[in-house]
Order: sequence, then structure tokens, then C-alpha cells
Amino acid sequence: MDYAASFALIAPELVLTIVGLGLLLVCAWGGDKSARAVSILACVALGGAFALVAPVVCSGAAGPDTLAFGGLFAADAFAGFAKLLIFAASGAALVVAPRYFDKVAVMRPEFAVLVLFATVGMCIMVSATNLMTLYMGLELNSLAAYVLAAFLRNDERSGEAGLKYFVLGALASGILLFGMSLIYGFTGTVSFAGIRTALTGELSTGALFGLIFVLSGLAFKISAVPFHMWTPDVYEGAPTPVTAFFASAPKVAAIALTTRITIEAFGTQVDAWRQVLIFAALASIVVGALGAIGQSNIKRLLAYSSINNVGFILIGLAAASVAGVSAMLVYLAIYVAMTVGSFVAVLMLRGEDGSYLESIDDLAGLSRTRPVLAWCLMALMFSLAGVPPLFGFWGKFVVFQAAVEADLIWLAALGIAASVIGAFYYLKIVKVMFFDAPAGTATGKADAAHWALLLVATIFISPLGYGLNGWLGWLADRAAAGLFPAI
Amino acid sequence: MGGFPILSIMLVVPLIGAITCLFLEARAARSLALLATLVNLVLGIVLWRNYDIGGAQWQFTESANLFAGFQYALGIDGIALMLIMLSVFLMPICIGASWEAVKTRVSEYMAAFLLMETLMIGTFAAQDIFLFYIFFEAGLIPMYLIIGIWGGDNRIYASYKFFLYTLLGSVLMLIAMFWMVNVAGTSSIPALMQYDFDPQAQTLLWLAFFASFAVKMPMWPVHTWLPDAHVQAPTAGSVLLAGVLLKLGGYGFIRFSLPMFPEASAQFAWLIFALSMVAVVVTSLIALVQHDMKKLIAYSSVAHMGIVTVGLFSFNIQGLEGAMIVMLSHGLVAGALFLCVGVIYDRLHTREIDRYGGLSINMPAYATLFLLFTMASIGLPGTSGFVGEFLSLAGIYQVSSTVAFVCTTGIILGAGYMLYLYRRVAFGEQKNADAAALPDLSLREYALLTPIAAVVLWMGVYPESFLAPMRADIATLDARLARAAPAGDAMIRFAEPETYASTHNAGSIEPTAAQPAASEAAIKEAL
Repeated sequence: MDYAASFALIAPELVLTIVGLGLLLVCAWGGDKSARAVSILACVALGGAFALVAPVVCSGAAGPDTLAFGGLFAADAFAGFAKLLIFAASGAALVVAPRYFDKVAVMRPEFAVLVLFATVGMCIMVSATNLMTLYMGLELNSLAAYVLAAFLRNDERSGEAGLKYFVLGALASGILLFGMSLIYGFTGTVSFAGIRTALTGELSTGALFGLIFVLSGLAFKISAVPFHMWTPDVYEGAPTPVTAFFASAPKVAAIALTTRITIEAFGTQVDAWRQVLIFAALASIVVGALGAIGQSNIKRLLAYSSINNVGFILIGLAAASVAGVSAMLVYLAIYVAMTVGSFVAVLMLRGEDGSYLESIDDLAGLSRTRPVLAWCLMALMFSLAGVPPLFGFWGKFVVFQAAVEADLIWLAALGIAASVIGAFYYLKIVKVMFFDAPAGTATGKADAAHWALLLVATIFISPLGYGLNGWLGWLADRAAAGLFPAI
Repeated sequence: MGGFPILSIMLVVPLIGAITCLFLEARAARSLALLATLVNLVLGIVLWRNYDIGGAQWQFTESANLFAGFQYALGIDGIALMLIMLSVFLMPICIGASWEAVKTRVSEYMAAFLLMETLMIGTFAAQDIFLFYIFFEAGLIPMYLIIGIWGGDNRIYASYKFFLYTLLGSVLMLIAMFWMVNVAGTSSIPALMQYDFDPQAQTLLWLAFFASFAVKMPMWPVHTWLPDAHVQAPTAGSVLLAGVLLKLGGYGFIRFSLPMFPEASAQFAWLIFALSMVAVVVTSLIALVQHDMKKLIAYSSVAHMGIVTVGLFSFNIQGLEGAMIVMLSHGLVAGALFLCVGVIYDRLHTREIDRYGGLSINMPAYATLFLLFTMASIGLPGTSGFVGEFLSLAGIYQVSSTVAFVCTTGIILGAGYMLYLYRRVAFGEQKNADAAALPDLSLREYALLTPIAAVVLWMGVYPESFLAPMRADIATLDARLARAAPAGDAMIRFAEPETYASTHNAGSIEPTAAQPAASEAAIKEAL
């Protein structure tokens, strides 16, 4: 394959990189005045990349034609599906950010550029078919993310979040690299296809160690238990638009990456990693649910909620089947909508003076003071809890269906029983909004762009979302099918 | 009725009503809700009139393929028809009962009730197992809001308990459903009702479904959400809860547990009998010492549901018919009793029994109707309660005279606590001046209570009208259960899955012929 074809395959990443670099120059000369223009241009770039990726997903591309640079990078439908979700989530973060930063400090144009670079990193992550590409994408994304977490320079909590994220992220990268070196040592290759061939038959102890270390490093990135400790602190400390971004886009990317490496590289050793995933899934569901119960800050609560949701997604992956991966993709799509919707709703809780509120007590009686916001948030909460007929139920439905079909009945039964614990704290939010007397603090007006995003997310997770279902399932099925090498 | 999608229309009418209500003011919302429920009542009567008794098992079927093997499939048999009738009959009464009692956030309240109606009809009419689950489970959201927003003092606790108990029950059922659909290759309820699952697997599946239905029913010892929810819910909420929601558990047993897992049902009949016997006796005794009227009636509901479960698991026609009639009758009678409590609660704002007394002097009409419903709850001949309890007990007697004996004690205790309640409220001295000054029933309250009284008497005097549509379906179910039915009187010999497994050929649709003949012979011998 020549370079021209390879460059054609990475066109979306090229667009984002070039626009990102160009905008960086604009920032350097334009200063803070250019912030809004930079944000808009970044959104346009994301839109362009979205348009470039969409045909790949619709055509269900897979196989050797999608490999660029001699098998370092795969632009197949699976990566495309994840990229579309990443672009949508990044775009949402860019849309909600300017108003927030204008109020809290000053909107700096670098925000949009950093989001773009993080997005490029995530694209490389989901397309990586080689341990080196994987690491490059992961670090590109992480470095941008560390800065984003600490973006509010004058806010102590933001700085703390950035530092914690950086230290623990670096540790995770170290673990991952150590695992990768073991894998390389025992297989003699860094390409996923090569590892797959080398790992047939009995798994050597060294390679097993490598596999566990790689999975542990990735578990940090997707904040699965027992590597979740950083999540609540970082989510609470980071500026809310950044939290919304962290909870959606990088999570999609890291999960897609985990899927690709487990299915493509370690696909012949399913039994070796399945038990790890089963433990991580159940532990995430339980710890995420229990941890959320005592929280009084909504962002912390949503952080635990995201840990909880990762558990459900991992159940789909543990099924290690086309149906399981497809279910996981559907769950991810719904999860992104729910997460973005919830964080936007949090951003819309503003005091009389326009300040941003984050405490659950501020939600009290919201159904009387701001009924539409309360109804939307209620729908999001019930959807996160997986109560039918909301769309969140469908995500859980397909994941558990895949698990049962893969004969993981006990995993499914335990996971779904633990989801009832999770329902408790979602109910608590509904209770505070609907049953308690109004606190009267959240009276400030919300932004039109926020309203638009919240309504789109709510309509997507409402029963109307089932209308998209056939289409979503079809795309996810084809994307997942392409991931499984013809055996 | 040709291709007229009457069931879908019955689902859509209250749904549209609910959405419209949200945007209306209190007065308009009330009227619209009443209108929507009355339209559905009329549609329900049309449905009953057009139901062809002795015709196809599944009528008014509609089906459309949706995504991922999901089907939007509706259809009813006689059992579902009767329960749908109960729902559409009680809904206008619920709306009427909250006409004046609910003053805050009226439009949301009406929307929640209309949504409940859609979901309940959907649950009874669904023919796809996942569609059933969605309707079954979605009812949690409006009911949570109804209890939590418009309930009494301790409403938060009650709403949590209601939600989490029922959710835990049903999620296990969902896993069982996945397994069944995966094995049987269809999600259609009529097809699954014919499918023979491996008896060993049936045990676990049955337990998963049991976890859900036992909570909804509710059976002792998972009944504790019910008294809390009832006491805290507004009057109409209690009527809805007792009238229809409790029937979901019984409907689940008769639609899923019994026909889909006959062997496991027989295997676990002892469990059902034991829990039901405890429920009947213990909750009756608890009801005897209650000071709160609603709590008393709530506990009596648990006792009545005990009669329903023994009837269902007696594996014969009398028992099944009796269980259905008890369910219908209990829906009407318990609903009416909650309305009676609501009538005096609206006037004095207390449910404390001691705060009343001698109401028959100043509220004679109220006392008369209250007496009728008290008697119907006890099971006096001539009222609906008698028919159902008699049939259920006659059915269970064929299986076990011990169980029948214990459950009959419950009827005596039932007479005890209901008459004791009635004496304290309606008879005796007028010891409380404020209670003595209460005005009698208003026109609105008459309009709510008299239709129920009429139907209770109708069902008591001529139950055939209600039994006829269900007869063929119950006979089908009985035939399906015959091969697993436990035989004979007090010597309970429960079916063993191992013996069945040896004659079982996996995946066959026809029930084996040898088994029913054997157990029928055993029954004849025992009689």
C-alpha cells in the first residue's frame, strides 16, 4: 500500500491535526479575543471529520483495505463508530464550554485546541493495531487531558485535579508500557495480528503477566475498579465542561481500544482475560453503585455513575462475541448521550447571580421552580438506572442479552442484581427534585445552547430513541463483525 | 372487529391524554383525564362485547416487527380481557376519587395516572415477552412519583421501598427471559406457553420469575412494601395499587410460571402453599391489631392474595377459576374499601380508627355501602368475594385438605378483623364530636361507590358473565398442567422433575400423553 492510500485513510485525523495546528497559531497571535472564533472553527473541523468518517461506518468497512502504513493503523467501521461518538462528545464539550469559562474566569482559545488534539489522540487510540500506535495515541490524548483538567489556573481544585490525573495517569502509562514490553518480549512483535499468531496454544506465564499489566493500565484509563480511585477527585475538580468531556469521549476511546486489543491481539486467549474482565465488571458495578450513595456533589455522583456504567459495558466485552461487542457499542452510544445530557443539566443549574451550582441540595424542589429541566434530568436519571421504557434500558438489555447468549448467566444475574443498588442513588436525585421542598437557589437562567443540547440528549434517551434503534443496532453489528478476524 | 387495532387505541388514548395533561391547568387536566378514562372504559366495553367466547384463544391480535427481533405484538385471551376490564373500570373511579382530594400539581398527577393506565393495559395485552417486561417495569416510574409526591408523611421511605423491592424482583426475571428466548428461539408469549423447557432449567427459571411476581403479588415475606406504600399513597393511588397493580403478580403466575414451567411449578407448589398459608394466617392476625384503617386493609390484601396463590397452584380448574375471581373481586372490593377510607379521611384527615365511631348515625348511606364492601371482603354469599374464595378453596381441597383447612381459618379471621373494623368505625357511641358531625356521602362519592357495589353484587349473584370468557383459557391451562399436577388429598405428592425428565423429549411441543393419564387416575383414586 502506498502512502497516498494511507493518507486517504487517515484523512479525518489529518483534518483535525492541521486545523488544530493552525488554530494554535491563531491563539498565539489572536489572544483571548479569538476564543469564540477558535471554538467555532474547531467545531467545524470536528463536523468535517465526522462527515469523513460517517461513510466508513455506513459501509461497514473492514479487512486489509482499511489498514494504513503497513498495518499500524486501521480505519475500519469499528474505529469509525467509536470516532463518531468521540466527535459528537468533543463537539458537545466545545459547545458548552465558552459560556462556562466566560462566567468563571475567561474563555481561553487554547481550550478548543487542546480538545482537538485530545480528539486526534483518541482517534489514533481507537484505530491502533499496533502497540506503538496505541501508546502514541494514548499519550497524545492524555497529555492534552492533563492540561484540560488543570485549565482553571486560579482554582485550587482544578489544579489538584490536573496533578492527580497526571500522576496517576503516568503511573497507568508505566504499567501499560511494562505490560507491552513483556508482551513484546514473549511474542517478538508489537503488531496485534502478530501477537495473535504468537499467542496461539498455551499461554506462557510471562505473556500472561504482560496481558494482565496491559489490562490494568487500560483499566486506569477507563476507570474500572480497582483502578478507579482518581475518577471522583478529577471529575469533581475539573471544570464542568471538561468533566463532561472526560466522562464521555476518552471513555469511549479507551473502551474501544480495550476491545480491539482484547479481541484482535488476545483473541485466542479469551479465557485468560475474560476472568479479569468479569471481576472488573462486577467490582465496577458494585463499587460504583455503593460509592455514589453517600455523595453530596453531583459531579462526584456522576463520576461514580460512570464507574458503574463501565461495569456494564465490560460485561458486553466479557461475552467476547460479535453480539457482545455490538451491544457494547450500542451501550456506549446511549451512555454518551446520557452523560453529556446529565453534565449539561448540571451546567444549567445556576444561582441568581449566574454562578454554577454543584450540590445535590441545590436540586431540591427543582420540579416546581424549573419543571422542564427537572423532567429532563429525571428522564436521564431513570435512563441511567436502566428503567424501561427509557433508552438506557435498551443499552442494558442488549448487553445482558449478549452475556446470556455467551453462557455467562451468573455474571448477568449478579450484574443486573447489583444494578438495583445503583438505582437507589438515581432515585435519590429524582426524590430531591420532585419530593422535597424547593431550595430556591437554582434560579438563574440557562444558555440557549445548553437547552438545545439537553433537549437533544433527552429526546435521544426518551422512548423516542427506540426509533433509532434499528439503525443503531445495524451499524453496531457491522462495526463489531468487522473486528472479529475471520477464524 | 376485523383489522381495527382496538388494543393499540386503548394504549394510545390515555398516553395522549397524559402528554396533553402536562400542558394543561388543573381544572382542564381533571376533565381531560376523566374524559380519556371514560373513552377507554367505552372501548373496553366494546372489546368485551366483541370478544368471541369459544373463538380463537388469542383475539384482537396485532403484530409488527420491530428492531432486533423485537415484536410489537398485542392480543388478549379471556384472562387478559377480564383484567383489562378491571383496569378500565377502576380508572375513571380513581380520577373521580382524586377530584377534590388532590390540590397540588394536579396536571402532573393526572398525567401519571393516565400513563399508569396505558402501562397496565399494555402489560395485560402484550404478546411479546420483552414488550411485557417493558410495560411491567415502566409502571414503576409513575407509581414512584405518585407515592412520593402526593403521598402522606412517610412517603419517601415508602416510595423507595416500593421501587427497589419491585426492581430487584423483576431484573432477575429479565435474565430468565433472555435465557428462555435464547433457548426457545422466539419471544412470542403464546409460543413460549407451548414450549417445553428442560425440567432442570425450569427450576431456576421458575425461581427467577417467582422473585418478581412474589414481590408484585405480594406474598409473605416480601409483602412489607405494600402496607407502607398503601398507607402513604393518596386514596386513588391505593385504589390503583390494590385494584390493578397487585393483579400483575397473579397474572404473571398464570401467564408465565404455570404454563411455561409446569414441572417446576409442581415442584415448588409446597413453597407457594407454605408461604400462602403463613400469609393468610399471619397477615390476618396482624390486620386484627391495626389502628390505621388503610394499613388494616393493606394487610387484608396480602391475606387475600394468599388465597389467590393457593388457588393458582392447586392445578385444577376450580382453583384457577377461583383465583381469577378472587383477583377481580379483590380489585373491586379492596379498591372500594380504600375509597370508603378516603371518604372519611377527606373529611377528618385521619385514618386512626379510634378517631371515628358511630358513623352509621350521621352517615347512614356511607355506612350501608361500607357494610356491603366489608361483607364482600369477608366473602359473604351473594357478593363476589364468596364466589372466588369458595372456588379457590374447593380447588385446593382436592390437593390438600390441610392447606384448605389453614386457608379457611384465614376467612374466619378475615371476618374477625373486618367486622371489628366496621364496629369501631360505624357502630357504637359517637364518642368524637367532630366525627359525629361529618356529612354523609356527596353526589360525587355516590357516583364512585355505587358502580363498584353493583358489579360486586353482579359478580356475586351471576359470576358466569365473568367466568365465561376465561373458561376456555383456563381449560387449556389446566390441560397443560395436567402432566405435572400433584395428585390426591392431604397426601401431597409433588411431581419430581427427574421422573419427568426420563420421558421428556426436548423441544417437543406436544405434551406427553402418559403423564396426565397417570395423575388423573391418581386424583380419581384419591377422591
